[in-house]
Amino acid sequence: MNEKTMRKAKFGAFLSRASVPMMFIIICALCIPIAGLSPNYLVNEIVTRMGRNSFLILSLLIPIMAGMGLNFGMTLGAMAGEIGLILVSDWQIVGIPGMVLAMIISVPISILLGLFCGKILNMAKGREMITSYIISYFINGVYQLVVLYLMGSVIPIKHGSIKLPRGYGIRNTVSLLNMRQHLDNLIPLNIKGVKVPVATFIVIAVLCLVIVWFRRTKLGQDMRAVGQDMEVARDAGINVERTRIISIIISTVLAGIGMVIYLQNMGNIATYSAHSQIGMFCIAALLVGGASVDKASIGNVFLGVILFHLMFIVAPRAGAYITGDSMIGEYFRVFVSYAVITIALVMYETNKRRVKSMEGERLRLDQEKEGKDE
Amino acid sequence: MNETKNKEKSWLRNLVESFGLPRLIITAFLLILLILAPFVGADLPTQISNIIARFSWNGILVLAMVPMVHSGCGLNFGLPLGIISGLLGATLSIEFGFTGAMSFVMAIVIATPFALIFGTGYGWLLNKIKGGEMMIATYVGFSSVSLMCMMWLILPYKSPNMVWGLAGKGLRTTISLEGYYSQVLANILRIKIGNLVIPTGTLLFFALLAAAIWAFLHTKTGTAMTAVGSNPVFARAAGINVDRIRLLSVVMSTWLAAIGILVYEQGFGFVQLYMAPFYMALPAVSAILIGGASVNKATIMNVIIGTILFQGIVTMTPTVMNNMIHMDMSEVIRIIASNGMILYALTRKTEGSK
Repeated sequence: MNEKTMRKAKFGAFLSRASVPMMFIIICALCIPIAGLSPNYLVNEIVTRMGRNSFLILSLLIPIMAGMGLNFGMTLGAMAGEIGLILVSDWQIVGIPGMVLAMIISVPISILLGLFCGKILNMAKGREMITSYIISYFINGVYQLVVLYLMGSVIPIKHGSIKLPRGYGIRNTVSLLNMRQHLDNLIPLNIKGVKVPVATFIVIAVLCLVIVWFRRTKLGQDMRAVGQDMEVARDAGINVERTRIISIIISTVLAGIGMVIYLQNMGNIATYSAHSQIGMFCIAALLVGGASVDKASIGNVFLGVILFHLMFIVAPRAGAYITGDSMIGEYFRVFVSYAVITIALVMYETNKRRVKSMEGERLRLDQEKEGKDE
Repeated sequence: MNETKNKEKSWLRNLVESFGLPRLIITAFLLILLILAPFVGADLPTQISNIIARFSWNGILVLAMVPMVHSGCGLNFGLPLGIISGLLGATLSIEFGFTGAMSFVMAIVIATPFALIFGTGYGWLLNKIKGGEMMIATYVGFSSVSLMCMMWLILPYKSPNMVWGLAGKGLRTTISLEGYYSQVLANILRIKIGNLVIPTGTLLFFALLAAAIWAFLHTKTGTAMTAVGSNPVFARAAGINVDRIRLLSVVMSTWLAAIGILVYEQGFGFVQLYMAPFYMALPAVSAILIGGASVNKATIMNVIIGTILFQGIVTMTPTVMNNMIHMDMSEVIRIIASNGMILYALTRKTEGSK
């Protein structure tokens, strides 16, 4: 009987895990015919967006492993990446060398920001997500201070094309024309009209391998232990605080590199808004792929990118077709992103409570049994 | 002699500890701004009336934090949900053809059932996820705002003062309240001395609600609410229905937010729809924190002090900064100060939490 209930519970867990991806498959299946886009166009878009976003989303995995939830602070890394790209485009270093240099510049900034974020999150254990979320707003203020006021006045910026006419501060958009899709087109491949960014995929594959390898290292195991139970990990001699900070630093650094890849595909930087939405969309995509706040795999990342962006492409078209107003679809996809995150958070919290109460129940039963034995 | 000195010192340290360092810095910053203002050519009475006016607009939105903090639901990042009820009240009141002061009364009347329904649903949800309220509240707010973005377009509003002129449907992003309830409260007993203007009516309205909340917190149910917030286990042992009290506090917060946005519009003169409610939670949250509240403790005094300090900085920095260094850094300062304050509060160790 016990086995039966176990199986039932497992099946229930699978259902709740698969419910979000299933819902998205249904939404997409309904919207695709209404949108009336050619399959070739759809596949092309999906492949492009996979190359563009996967790296960023992969950066979320490690803090989840360390039990710190969804890292809304990945925006910090995105800002570091943007600063790197702004500097590089001012120095007029183009193509792949420019990208690599931008990544190299972003790394120390990311490490500093990650350190800051990790330290603060250690002071706010148990509410990491809301705290990392507010940190992203806070650092956004600092970022604006740097980019809008210090660049050009304190940090030398030479070229007028990226500077505001008043002499300091960066323009709203910085063009990355001489870097645009250089990584994507490094190894050109065209399958039946579908452009495949082979080099970008190779970079992403390498990162996946690194993550798989990292999970098996001592540090990776420590992180999992910390994620399971902080107190037990501490008793086992793991420096919990340090491990948590490292996981956030790794995530921030990866997000910085991911942002450079993302922006080279886009071809320009929206200086003051590119990073503000990126965290939300990446987290939503990961959750759509079937991840939860405490468990996420590489498979979730790719399934999530495909489903979420498929919805992203078809929803505005379908919305425009049904209601005759293109804005409806725009709002719809924003709504869906937020709703998915909300649902995932609610499911996580209710599950946490259920597990807790189940444990309490078991403890009570055990005690009763013991009492009877005596 | 020496003893009194020591006493003084510990008194000072106590002040810093109880008041909090960031709060002291913000207060000092505002004082410096006020002192600097006349020297850089800003007219002090105008500035002060600006602060008072903005206080009167935002006070109730900040007050909406109090019930939820008291019952231990944390800071109400889900404020937009209440704001949406208020917006529904405002637009429906105009749609039904009410004008002048009547439109304000009707807006409150219509907003109330929405606030009760939304608040009940929201409170029910928050009861299911005790411990993770703040994050989920944030996202409940965001999802409801983006859902309403679609609704504003779809709902069959007809009033020519509100819909897009060309299409004849879908609400505009901002709707002027001229001829409706713009300044209805502020015009009651308005005091004008030179450049100093005091919107007495709005302040009285705020005082009325604040007093009501204060009185409520001293009733039996109100005390129970505080007990639930400071120690839920103890409260349950004392026979208090924790879930019911929490639900009540959420409904109250939501309703206050609905009234708060109506009062805000009354002062501002416009209804702002679509994405406008999106970021309204953060200023209110940081205002009450600046006023000395923490994640699980807030008083009416915190609301008043916090709103004055926060709105003071928001209104004073642009003018003073602009006149001083010809560089408008106020937006950046506002972002850093308000979010820094929230961060400070989140990292404090809270007693009596789970």
